[in-house]
Amino acid sequence: MTSARNSLLVIVGLLLLWQLAYWAIGDLALRPPLETVVKAGALIASEGFLSHLAETLRAFALALAIAVVVGVALGFSLGMNRLAGEVGEPLLVSFYSLPKITLYPIVLLIFGIGMPSKVAFGAIHGIMPIAIFTLGALRNLPPVLGRTSRALRLTRWQSAWALLFPAARPEIFTGLRLGFSLTLIGTLLGEMFASQRGIGFLLMQAIGLHDTDLIMVLTLLIVSFAITASMALLAIDKQLRHGSS
Amino acid sequence: MNAMTIAAPVHVGLRGVTRVFETNARTKVEALGPVDLDLRKGEFFAVVGPSGCGKSTLFDIVAGLSPATKGQAIFEGSRLDGRAVPEGVGVVFQEDASFAWLNVADNVAFGIRRAGLGEAEIKRRVDDTLTLMGLRDFAAAYPAQLSGGMRQRVCIARTLVQRPRLILLDEPFGALDQQTRLIMGEELLKLWRETGATVLLITHALDEAAMLADRVGVMSARPGRIIDVVETPWGRDRDSRVVSDPRFGEITARLWMRLRGESMAALSHKAG
Repeated sequence: MTSARNSLLVIVGLLLLWQLAYWAIGDLALRPPLETVVKAGALIASEGFLSHLAETLRAFALALAIAVVVGVALGFSLGMNRLAGEVGEPLLVSFYSLPKITLYPIVLLIFGIGMPSKVAFGAIHGIMPIAIFTLGALRNLPPVLGRTSRALRLTRWQSAWALLFPAARPEIFTGLRLGFSLTLIGTLLGEMFASQRGIGFLLMQAIGLHDTDLIMVLTLLIVSFAITASMALLAIDKQLRHGSS
Repeated sequence: MNAMTIAAPVHVGLRGVTRVFETNARTKVEALGPVDLDLRKGEFFAVVGPSGCGKSTLFDIVAGLSPATKGQAIFEGSRLDGRAVPEGVGVVFQEDASFAWLNVADNVAFGIRRAGLGEAEIKRRVDDTLTLMGLRDFAAAYPAQLSGGMRQRVCIARTLVQRPRLILLDEPFGALDQQTRLIMGEELLKLWRETGATVLLITHALDEAAMLADRVGVMSARPGRIIDVVETPWGRDRDSRVVSDPRFGEITARLWMRLRGESMAALSHKAG
């Protein structure tokens, strides 16, 4: 109950700040909250918007699926082999801290303009944190688990799937949470710079036309989506950790 | 010592077993042995020794978790090569190895489920083992809801359910308080009697060894060798009340007199 009240307080506070910022800055760059919400309703109802939304969601879902599968697999293969882990981790970390936008021209040349490019760009944002967290999660497991797996005569595969993965799951999930937000950023960036469709494309177009109404509405929609999703993931995260601590 | 175990055949045999760790090309650490030791089928054998003497190394070799550098370790006629824990050997570690994401019943069933037993057989075995270990009422509980002693019981149950003929325990009660240790010791005796398995217990507690074992092996400072084997006069039906027997004091005293010099040697080893 208190957590619901706290969330409500945060939302009310943010809306208030937004309104204050509008009064301070004015119509040139901002629109007030109420007007934005009304315009958002109109935009969602407008013709063609839903197909842009669907395009973005499809690209994001694909990118996220790739990031999760590749990230967890990469983290696992490095985590189960000590030498590979020691060689691979610094590579992962340096790639993680690299601003991915610098790779954008190459991604574009490889995949062209459109869906494959945004998916690839979303995925490369998400893979690294997921792989790094998976690797760290496996490394932090108590050694007695490995000995127990041998004592129970598990095969390597059984040990990975039935023992190491569930034991590391709470920490891996934290990586997934981070990967989720970064993949979303990556997908939208991809749409902004190399696409004719999707929310990112609409946003870029609105920026070009200095359409403040549309910029505000799209930003509101993206922020709402990101906050809702990450709150849901955080709730699952807490539940996973609750059982194991 | 009763006549039955003396006549019993050898279950585990160690001949000149040593273990050398190479930390790098130049430094070699002799961790163990040579050790010669026979565990008789169905006996309860305890090993005590100063810290760092190689007790756990010995344990790993008998468990099949790591290889002997020299010598032979034989379990039921086949060689323990350190590559795999043989069928028929059950292992319990000192650390809490319960699986946090599974309830007690699923923890216990874990090993036999992967081994491909039928669901009905799994259920029957798990029920029997939970009853034997006094865990029946906690079948649906998760490890986080249990005390340290209960979690160690879960780990012992997970081993027992595989019906091992040789049970190896490496300081299984090391993290528990004294009263819990005594009670867990009694339970260990009870399940030893009921399963008829051979038990090898590694411990640093002399009173625990004197109370539980048929025979207690005393190890020297590193590289650990068995320097004495002390037999206890308790019958199979013993329990923690043997601590009030005057011979209990004599046995722990004898163990300590054998160990005293070794423990001092081990301590000066560490200082130097």
